[in-house]
Amino acid sequence: MNRAHGLLALLVACLAALPLVANSYVLSVATLILFFAYAGQAWNVMMGFAGQLSLGHSLYVGVGAYAAAGLYFHFGLGAWAGIWLAIALCVLLGAAIGFLAFRFGISGVYFALLTIAFAEFTRIGFDHIQWLGGPGGLFIKVEHRVGWDLVNLRGAPAMFYYVMLALSAAAFALCAGLLRSRAGYYWQAIREDEEAAQALGINTFRWKMLAVVISAAMTAVAGVFFAFYYNNLFPEQIFHISRSIEIILGPIIGGLGTLFGPILGAAVLTVLADGITELLAALGWEFPGVKQVFYGIVLLAVIMFLPHGIWPALARKLGVGK
Amino acid sequence: MSVLLEVRGMSKSFRGLRAVTDASFDVPHGAIRALIGPNGAGKTTCFNVIAGVYRPDNGIILFDNHPIQNLRPDQVCSAGIGRTFQLVKPFAALSVVDNVVVGALQRASNVSAAKKQAAEIVERMGLGPKKDQLASSLTLPDRKKLEVARALATRPKLLLLDEVMAGLRPTECDQMVEFFREINRADGLAILLIEHVMRAVMALAQHVIVLNHGEVIARGTPAEVVRDAAVLQCYLGEEAEV
Repeated sequence: MNRAHGLLALLVACLAALPLVANSYVLSVATLILFFAYAGQAWNVMMGFAGQLSLGHSLYVGVGAYAAAGLYFHFGLGAWAGIWLAIALCVLLGAAIGFLAFRFGISGVYFALLTIAFAEFTRIGFDHIQWLGGPGGLFIKVEHRVGWDLVNLRGAPAMFYYVMLALSAAAFALCAGLLRSRAGYYWQAIREDEEAAQALGINTFRWKMLAVVISAAMTAVAGVFFAFYYNNLFPEQIFHISRSIEIILGPIIGGLGTLFGPILGAAVLTVLADGITELLAALGWEFPGVKQVFYGIVLLAVIMFLPHGIWPALARKLGVGK
Repeated sequence: MSVLLEVRGMSKSFRGLRAVTDASFDVPHGAIRALIGPNGAGKTTCFNVIAGVYRPDNGIILFDNHPIQNLRPDQVCSAGIGRTFQLVKPFAALSVVDNVVVGALQRASNVSAAKKQAAEIVERMGLGPKKDQLASSLTLPDRKKLEVARALATRPKLLLLDEVMAGLRPTECDQMVEFFREINRADGLAILLIEHVMRAVMALAQHVIVLNHGEVIARGTPAEVVRDAAVLQCYLGEEAEV
């Protein structure tokens, strides 16, 4: 066991013990951090590993959330069922977008625009699906905010926290495994130079598709969690491009393509953004949009001073590897 | 010697500009052939057509008696043709050895086997002391070596070398020549090289193909080619000394 493993074990232990000491506000912030860490990890598979920029990941969060919430609302089927439908739909969507783009050689910013386009017209489309509430939103019943009904994802805030912690840990382990596998090497080669990757025998179409599909499936699960945690869904919010940006800021600020980047970035952004909002509120000042201004400033600072993100610099200081 | 690569009547145009016209040549098993000619003669286009980057407008390319002119670059690599790029394309954010692992994974059944093979090749190319450095930190001569190492890791039967000697000092060039001779002799690896450094061409190739304006204007042993009137006029110059 080296230093990196030791620090990781310490981190997990602290996170596992948090609900014992934290009040409900701290717990809700921590849950939010883990949510963004998880979603960022999923997005990082596509961009950080394989170099494919998606600016429309809200699509997978939204479709995943609506799939699970719709099943629960209309048929009483809990998260245990919804998660499979969510994953299946998002895999199909991701495969469709990936096929369109990679088959016809759409890459770089044009690929990013395509992902935005899909998220946007899905948002507009959901405004017209009355069966799922349309623009007025879909609300699922808030029952028993106590207990632990994991199968249906109904229960106390601490349960949601632990679910998100487990998901984040699983995503971390999955990404660590992927990065060390054939897929990880191939994705990084494609990210660095696609032509050279192809000349070394890599079927770039197939491996890019795999990255999109894995990322979409992981993000779908985040959507399911979102639906049952917040209990209300509006197309205007969940599919909005600002939601996609929130997801990608964590990995970018934390360190693209690294395993700890998404976690660190989510923590820094969520804690500081909430802290500043709270601080201003306590002083009696309330500015709508202060969070977005803050995101902008942090992003600028990171690009200027730590162009590879916070984690690579911090990892050197701590004396641990990637 | 039986033929490994056979190019017959290959033509390729870009929007009406004829880059290669009706070119035919071959590379026997275990042979070293050079493709020379002035800038813009169509040498790199020939490579790109063979490697699957472009489809030829006309002609057939047989590798091991199988047509490969409609294959993608990754399929050409699987068939057994490795290539380097004239403008080197290292995976900058990966370490030297990881660059080579990517190539080795083409034939290796798992990552640890690929790592082992990559370490050997890196050592053999003289990049051993730099194996954990990022590829972006390498000097140009080392980047050229890395191109070769990565292509070799895919275990090709034919290696396409696009100006790997350019920019090397004479002693480095001689080492590289010696290295290619060695792998040609030991592994029976066939080599087709594009090169402007005549010193390397003379030392390596048993047979030279000269391209000018996309057409093959001469072929023969290096000694014959450097005396050829057409070659002297368009490429080497009247008073060539090699």
